[in-house]
Amino acid sequence: MYDPTVARLTYRALLGRRRALILGALPLLLIAISLAVRALAGADDQTAADVLGGLALATMVPIIGVIAGTGAIGPEIDDGSVVYLLSKPIKRPTIIYTKLIVAIAVTMVFSAVPTLIAGFVLNGNGQQVAVAYTVAALVASIAYAALFLLLGTVSRHAVVFGLVYALVWEALFGSLVPGARTLSVQQWSLAVAQEVSGGELITSDVGLTTATILLAAVTVLATWYAGQKLRALTLAGEE
Amino acid sequence: MATEQPMQTPATAPGDTRIHNIGYRSYDGPRLGRSYARLSLYSQSLRGSYGLGRSVKSKVLPMLLFVVMCVPAAIMVAVAVATKAKDLPVDYTRYAIIMQAVISLYVASQAPTSVSRDLRFKTVPLYFSRPIETADYVRAKFAALASALFILTAAPLLVLYVGALLAKLDFSDQTKGFAQGLVSVALLSLLFAGIGLVIASVTPRRGFGIAAVIAVLTISYGAVSTLQAIAETQSSGDAIAWIGLFSPITLIDGVQSAFLGASSAFPGGVGPSNGEGVVYVLFSLGLIAASYGLLVRRYKKVGM
Repeated sequence: MYDPTVARLTYRALLGRRRALILGALPLLLIAISLAVRALAGADDQTAADVLGGLALATMVPIIGVIAGTGAIGPEIDDGSVVYLLSKPIKRPTIIYTKLIVAIAVTMVFSAVPTLIAGFVLNGNGQQVAVAYTVAALVASIAYAALFLLLGTVSRHAVVFGLVYALVWEALFGSLVPGARTLSVQQWSLAVAQEVSGGELITSDVGLTTATILLAAVTVLATWYAGQKLRALTLAGEE
Repeated sequence: MATEQPMQTPATAPGDTRIHNIGYRSYDGPRLGRSYARLSLYSQSLRGSYGLGRSVKSKVLPMLLFVVMCVPAAIMVAVAVATKAKDLPVDYTRYAIIMQAVISLYVASQAPTSVSRDLRFKTVPLYFSRPIETADYVRAKFAALASALFILTAAPLLVLYVGALLAKLDFSDQTKGFAQGLVSVALLSLLFAGIGLVIASVTPRRGFGIAAVIAVLTISYGAVSTLQAIAETQSSGDAIAWIGLFSPITLIDGVQSAFLGASSAFPGGVGPSNGEGVVYVLFSLGLIAASYGLLVRRYKKVGM
């Protein structure tokens, strides 16, 4: 199910040349902001939860997820070089599975690790805030990577649709329409974070069981459907 | 005949070689020159930003964003007319700040389509084989994206203005507000177009360009508003205004609340004072100039 060569090529496509630096800029910014906040406001559990929840989980994880998830397959389909990969005797679902693993790994490294560091900088893991948000970021990375990898195989405008989902649906609709929150990766991962922290700082609108089932279902279904899409991929020219 | 041929050839050959005229007509029409080429590039890029002259698929997104931008304005107007309100529910200057997510998405999706494909298919040197120069290309693309953004941001204001007049709100008051709103969105268009193009021109990959533009716009706003909220709870009011300098949308917010009579969206509702407002204006103009300079430098390199 896992093909090391495909994995190596995907890593190169995602992190090769200067791209790792650009991907790394976001986490560095988060850590810089946490340092500034700590210097300005001192250690405060509520502030830490606000910064990690608002900036790390709501903005940074989805954006890294979009870049890694769609970047794992999108550009190859876009410029047509995916043909060379598809013509090799590798099962299409294996390609998707491998690329998913890489996308999850990249998203986790660039979002969960800085979240943990930022959490420790902000309040030294008081009330388990840092660990809880790190777990949330880890869980969200898996779902986001699967979801955006699927988008990458479905549409040529995957990045835009991914961002519309992450920023408009989760952030805007989620704050206006309570029902939209039930269908949001962010809330599902917050449910897990709530369980880990056990305090009142982190709350989610979704129960833990619902969240876990939905997370697993989205990840598995998205991966399966992406595999199916890749089996019947039509290559179109530049529009 | 056969005997004459060798006698003539040595006589004419040296010094009389010429390219035979094989019947191509030379062009003797008017040469429209550099400014015409620049204008064409501008109008094509502007049309392209709304998908005109491109496939149906590429019309969907810009048109959709345009509609999403205008619909809330239409609803507000309808409500104001129906309830015979004394004032519009939203200031002209505030509208773009509220709809910033849509504007950011538009810049992010259209800046890369405007420049990335030229880079990816290496057509940039072909442009410069025409009588246009680096600065012309940059100016045309910059102006086109800024105009497209201006259309996107000014159209809902026009809807609001027309609706306000239909609802018989105070004419001079509304006209003043509308004019202030137009100035602010003009500045916003230039600033966002500059930032979007600089980022998009670095990468030939469209998807990566989109993500990079949106990351810069939203993360900087998220970071700035987080820091401002904390500065507010720490009651260090001076810091709020200075922090606002570091993200494009708060920059515009600061400029318009200092000089264009807008109420600030900063935490606490306190915008920059006039002195700080001057810094805001200089900073935004500096950013626009810097992005122009960076674009020219970038295209000096890739135009070879």
